[in-house]
Amino acid sequence: MRWYIPYGNPTYFIWLALAIIPLMIGLLYGHRFRGYQTIISLFFLILTFGGHNWKTGISLIGYLVYQLVLVWLYSTYRQRKETTNKGWVFVMAVILAIVPLVIVKVTPLFDAGRQSIIGFMGISYITFKVVQTIMETRDGMIKEFHPVLFGQFLLFFPTISSGPIDRYRRFEADYAKVPAQSDYLDMIQKGVRYIFQGFVYKFVLAYYFGTILMPQIQMRAMMAHGFSWNIIAYMYAYSMDLFFDFAGYSLFAVGISYLMGIKTPMNFNQPFKSKNIKDFWNRWHMTLSFWFRDYIFMRLVFFCMKHHIFKSRTTTANVCYVINMLIMGFWHGETWYYITYGLYHGFAMVINDTWLRFKKKHQKHIPHNKFTELFAIFLTFNVVCFSFLIFSGFLNTLFFAPKPF
Amino acid sequence: MMDDKQTVLDILKDLTGEDFSDNLDEDLYSSALLDSMGTVQLLLDLQDKLGVQAPVSEFDRNEWNTPAKIIAKVEASK
Repeated sequence: MRWYIPYGNPTYFIWLALAIIPLMIGLLYGHRFRGYQTIISLFFLILTFGGHNWKTGISLIGYLVYQLVLVWLYSTYRQRKETTNKGWVFVMAVILAIVPLVIVKVTPLFDAGRQSIIGFMGISYITFKVVQTIMETRDGMIKEFHPVLFGQFLLFFPTISSGPIDRYRRFEADYAKVPAQSDYLDMIQKGVRYIFQGFVYKFVLAYYFGTILMPQIQMRAMMAHGFSWNIIAYMYAYSMDLFFDFAGYSLFAVGISYLMGIKTPMNFNQPFKSKNIKDFWNRWHMTLSFWFRDYIFMRLVFFCMKHHIFKSRTTTANVCYVINMLIMGFWHGETWYYITYGLYHGFAMVINDTWLRFKKKHQKHIPHNKFTELFAIFLTFNVVCFSFLIFSGFLNTLFFAPKPF
Repeated sequence: MMDDKQTVLDILKDLTGEDFSDNLDEDLYSSALLDSMGTVQLLLDLQDKLGVQAPVSEFDRNEWNTPAKIIAKVEASK
């Protein structure tokens, strides 16, 4: 038996097709074979977390038990009639939920780059799901804790390694019902299209940019010692690779979900067509940016406005943008380039908002036409690609890391 | 009930600068009239002026995206 990264190679897809067909026939005739779905989920989890990866499998199980107990305890606390909805209990629950992730993220920093033993592929994506569930439990939107459903949600195998990040209430509603036949046929059509689009993205375009083009440019940039046009070429090649690789993966995850009758949300919506940076975050890694918007940004703004922390609305927005994006930077990893990437986007949002306000005020004097729109798209694209250059860590390799030769 | 409706419309007018009295089904998000900041402000205003306790989590953009839907939510919560 071999062990697979999800969607990593053709054999994985053959396994997928074989496993999913019975489920699809069931759905087509109005049944969701939940027991069967659980069995194939376990099978695919073992494919990824078993074999020589068994240690990460153990970590996954430990992590799952820990989070189930935590959410169960918090939910019980919230459901009890005699207790009030105390803020500190909620804060404790969130802290406890992110402690494992923080340990995993910080360990390489203190342990000479070694990975923590409690880590496993996809831990940060599961953590997002846990934290949002705790937050919605606090708000009273999730009223009961159902360990099996919650487990199904956390371990939904098509999205386990890198999202898209679904929402519990949405997922549970899909899982509980069987789509009408006509709806399901439509989902199959979409799912199949997504999967084929994913093949083109990941195995043709990302392969070209990432595996063929990038190493050559990288080599030339390294040989040039210092600044050269190769860095710019690398920036574009890396950006294309990042997009097609991740969007390709996401299309597989969404496509497979659709075939299973679950409408996992889309992750990308033509991000390079964005007219400004805010538009970009509504189109790029959407489930992550919406998660940050709904569970960090809006809550932070709500808190600040309610307690009148800042005098003006603009200041509130600006401070919250920067904090929001900075947290996202830290989430990516504890290196200067991830954190700079976060700050860069935070300030880009601030500048964007300032410009939009200015533009609104001077509407009459600022031209707005096809040409300015194209220019906006061009500018946004380059601002974004530059942020990916920071994100790639290549500048670190070029200028700060010990030279390999 | 009429008052609630008017209050919501006033709040929205303050936030977006537009009067929705004749446009109750305008999609506030797809027309970019409301963003996250505006949304939070809206929630706080609904809380202050109408006593509607709507947590941020409840704010499903597909359910609160038009003046008519917001008014319905407010009336339902009473």
